[in-house]
Amino acid sequence: MSLTRQDVEKIAHLARLSITEQEMPVYVTSLSSIVNFVDELSRAQTDDVLPMAHPLDGQQQRLRADIISETDHHEKYQANAPAVQAGLYVVPRVIE
Amino acid sequence: MTLHTLSIGELSARMARKELSSAELTRYFLARIERLNPALNAMITLTAEQAVQAAQAADQRRAAGEQGQLLGIPLIHKDIFCTDGVRTSCGSRMLDNFIAPYDATVVARLKAAGAVMLGKSNMDEFAMGSSNETSYYGPVKNPWDTAKVPGGSSGGSAAAAAARLAAFTTGTDTGGSIRQPAALTGVTGVKPTYGRVSRYGMVAFASSLDQAGVFARTAADAAIVLQAMAGFDPKDSTSIDAPVPDYPATLDAPLSGVKIGLLREFFEGLEARNSALIHDALKIYRSLGAETVEVSLPHLPLSVPTYYVVAPAECSSNLSRFDGVRFGYRCENPKDLLDLYKRSRGEGFGPEVKRRIMTGTYVLSAGYFDAYYLKAQKVRRLITDDFRAAFHKVDLLIGPTTPTPAFAIGAKVDDPITMYLNDIYTIGANLAGLPGLSLPCGFVEDLPMGLQLIGPHFSEAKLLNAAHRFQQATDWHSRSPRGYE
Repeated sequence: MSLTRQDVEKIAHLARLSITEQEMPVYVTSLSSIVNFVDELSRAQTDDVLPMAHPLDGQQQRLRADIISETDHHEKYQANAPAVQAGLYVVPRVIE
Repeated sequence: MTLHTLSIGELSARMARKELSSAELTRYFLARIERLNPALNAMITLTAEQAVQAAQAADQRRAAGEQGQLLGIPLIHKDIFCTDGVRTSCGSRMLDNFIAPYDATVVARLKAAGAVMLGKSNMDEFAMGSSNETSYYGPVKNPWDTAKVPGGSSGGSAAAAAARLAAFTTGTDTGGSIRQPAALTGVTGVKPTYGRVSRYGMVAFASSLDQAGVFARTAADAAIVLQAMAGFDPKDSTSIDAPVPDYPATLDAPLSGVKIGLLREFFEGLEARNSALIHDALKIYRSLGAETVEVSLPHLPLSVPTYYVVAPAECSSNLSRFDGVRFGYRCENPKDLLDLYKRSRGEGFGPEVKRRIMTGTYVLSAGYFDAYYLKAQKVRRLITDDFRAAFHKVDLLIGPTTPTPAFAIGAKVDDPITMYLNDIYTIGANLAGLPGLSLPCGFVEDLPMGLQLIGPHFSEAKLLNAAHRFQQATDWHSRSPRGYE
């Protein structure tokens, strides 16, 4: 199966990635070849096989008591942010 | 001085006898990095000052009577592990300015054991690559031949271990990223069972596959390091709460009666010279008392396509956290929020990372989820069941780590499928969550080749034992690349 430029534009939008004009043909070709490659999976007989999401499946998700385990480090964490004002992350205006 | 040729045990014994201080040893390795790394590009960040301080602290701990095999031993961390106060780039422009605000559990544990971090090693961007060519900081060169790749994604850690720039280095393995570069650079690399070592603070690529491990000169050194890294961590919801065996204690156990399965599927299409090295290794195992039988894992040939659905799917989800808002790269002058997301991600991620995010987005999208993602999860179970059946018959599986020795830089960059097929022998263990180990077993065209051992869940002690006995009977692991002896 071959992906079209429109397919790749749609995928890039879903993934929130800007793709340049120069990059686009490379992705159309390489994503098509990857999709063809993984199509090999359709050969496998998987009726009645349960999907496996975790390598040690059967393992119970661990629960813990609902107690506060984190202290406030927001200043340290926000030191990595591109733009912060009064302890808040700054983004372009969303609501007019 | 040839301190870089000594084992961790020997170095720590010298420090215990006060013949050597950690400060001296640390300065020795820092000088070695300064001299040798420019030709290799194995490092992203050097932390020389902090290293000397940590070494002095280790010396004080020894002076106060503390012992410990890793106390004062210099190491290099793969730049995927968060290190409090030190840049953690993950090989990406996206995190070029990211100063981790906390330590990964692996980092914290090795720090507590007194190991001294010299710096952070180069790697494929977000651990996506098999050649270390996708790094924002440029490719790493293989010390055996600087025109060749060291493998990836932990290529900097592998090259640093091979060039003896530290006593050991850390890595992560999602589809072979420890074992494949270990093979291509002639060192010992261990990928533990999924859940054995905490993933907390390790930048996530594919969370059901990622596992931290170690590069060392020998299995005996790797056993010491793994002992300190492994164990339950409440901060990782998939960490396994089971006791960690004493890995060094069983290194010398006899191999008589151990059943080793030769993976038939790993030899189909393998070049005669490479296959001959594996058969030589089998002879050694038989002479050590092991029994060898051929086994077949019929679904194993589907492991690469399965992986290239599962791993990109998980990657597309994990990497959605990079939004240009809370940390990491932000584009200039975004016109609105959507533009900020798209351009920050489009400019901050490199080509291979974008390719994987888009592959993952596609296989998870409406209309394709069942045909690709669900199908791959089903085949993943078939592959896992094949391994389980094999381990009813044998104790360990054996085969090559890679199809070929190190290839030329630039040779495979334009063809993702050819690049992906480098991991054809290593991916199966990740899909099934099994521990695997690669150790040097000879040379093809003057380049090292690796022998891979795979065991049942939590069989690290047996893998290290089998690797150690092989290294007692051979000297491939003690060869050094020219100029790094």
